[in-house]
Amino acid sequence: MDTRVIGLVARKEVRDALRNRWFLLYAAGFALLAIALSQLSTGDSGTAGYAGFGRTAAGLVNLVLFVVPLMGLTLGAQSLAGERERGTLATLLAQPVTRTEVLLGKFAGLALALGAALLLGFGLAGAWVAARGGGVEAGAYAQVVGAAALLALATLSIGFLISSAARRTSAATAVALFVWLALVFAGDLGLMGSAMTMRLPVRTLLGLTLLNPLEAYRIGGIAAITGGLDVLGPAGVYADRVLGPSLVAVLAAVLVAWCVVPLIAAGVVFARRGIR
Amino acid sequence: MIAVQDLTVRFGSATVLDGLALDVPSGGGVALWGTNGAGKTTALRAMLGLLPFDGTVRLGGHDVRRDGRRARAQVGYVPQQLAFWDDLGTLECLQWLARLRRAPIERAAVLLERVDLAQHGRKRVGELSGGMKQRMALAAALLGDPPILLLDEPTANLDAAGRADLLALLADLRGAGKTLLVTTHRLSEVQALADRVIVLEGGEVRLSCSADALEAALYPFATLRLVVAPADEAAALAALAKSGFKTHANRHGILVRVAAGRRAAPVEALLAADVAVEDLWMEDHWIEDPRAEGSHVEGDAWTPG
Repeated sequence: MDTRVIGLVARKEVRDALRNRWFLLYAAGFALLAIALSQLSTGDSGTAGYAGFGRTAAGLVNLVLFVVPLMGLTLGAQSLAGERERGTLATLLAQPVTRTEVLLGKFAGLALALGAALLLGFGLAGAWVAARGGGVEAGAYAQVVGAAALLALATLSIGFLISSAARRTSAATAVALFVWLALVFAGDLGLMGSAMTMRLPVRTLLGLTLLNPLEAYRIGGIAAITGGLDVLGPAGVYADRVLGPSLVAVLAAVLVAWCVVPLIAAGVVFARRGIR
Repeated sequence: MIAVQDLTVRFGSATVLDGLALDVPSGGGVALWGTNGAGKTTALRAMLGLLPFDGTVRLGGHDVRRDGRRARAQVGYVPQQLAFWDDLGTLECLQWLARLRRAPIERAAVLLERVDLAQHGRKRVGELSGGMKQRMALAAALLGDPPILLLDEPTANLDAAGRADLLALLADLRGAGKTLLVTTHRLSEVQALADRVIVLEGGEVRLSCSADALEAALYPFATLRLVVAPADEAAALAALAKSGFKTHANRHGILVRVAAGRRAAPVEALLAADVAVEDLWMEDHWIEDPRAEGSHVEGDAWTPG
């Protein structure tokens, strides 16, 4: 594998992302919403200090749950499918490069661009809280940001899997939106419904919850902000008791697995399909 | 330099290329000839490893499947669908491709000059005309100074003058030792660039022959347009009929169907009958569907006898 080629493709991907109106819209929207949340959380003097920070961070976790997967899934889905549709994938793959290098380069470039958008949003929100006299727990905030970055990579990876199999950008985007809806709403509500009707044991419920990268992020974020999972009710208490100090490691492993496995699958599909 | 054995490409249950074999020595030229959908583009894409295929492809001694990077480093490819990144500058795009190929980036400007696009280097690729993109594609193909050029209908987007210029440039490159594999359905390109030609139809090889033999093989008959004085037309038609030629007269002259190797015979027949020939020319010879024997006549429909 030639890391030089990966770097060249990644740099171009970053450049393309900065010209992509969807990406710019997402990044600007995320930053504005993050600032708005900070303002709302610290708006009255009674919630300044660490309480204000906690409310801001909790708001950001919920914002990330909606916006970041949408960014990762749609940008990932459009990457290979867009080049395939425009014909530039054939131009690129006709060069002395391998498909793995192209895939990794494009993934790395979009990951960097997404990371920059997240840092901008979280950075502005943190600065806003600090400027209004609110205390910022740097460690907890860094955990929330790190988990958001992992969630971005995980959903980007799923987006790439969709893209590797799609011929048209519109079809890839439609599938990405469907997956986003499934993860955001069906995963949550579906799991609650299933748990009630099928009387799932709490252990199974926790296992199924952790399969959803968004839930893994939500649990990790709440644990980082509140220092426990009591707010999640009995399931949270159970998770706390079973996983204990390894909770963060388990959640991180779930998110890392969501980053790696779909990307490997995308590589396999991309290798088989080529430019078709 | 190019060795292909039993190259087969399937899209689902459809076999779009079936068992293509070819061998192009260093400095040689081979044309893939066929109608649209014959499998020419698929063959080139499979040779580059852009599509899954069965069979064996070796480019410059490197197996495309096992050592795709080295194999593709031997090749410059001009695709039929000219697709570059439209928001990049023309020179910038070539420089990026040069970096991917580990070619000196100064070569991008040199090649833009060579294909007469130096003054358009700052333009975005999306602003170039089809003909300019075609020339840019050739410049991109030459970036790594590869020994092999795979050209997929390289003159498709060019006007007559541009086509002549590009053919001259490609002939120069072949003269300089490049190995060419070109897809086309223009006889003039086969004759200018190739030693041998492989005729594809429905993904299968129908004919493999020398470039010189292609015309007679595909077009056993040609159409000659003769112009005689109006007063001589009846005598000319009678003389041609007497010599066994099928004819059709209209206000532009007399169309005569002649066997590929006997184009002078109608003129000889008229001279023998004391009919003066004022002008003559062969009709345009490239034909979309080579199976439609002698059916293409510009201006007036051919009426088979």
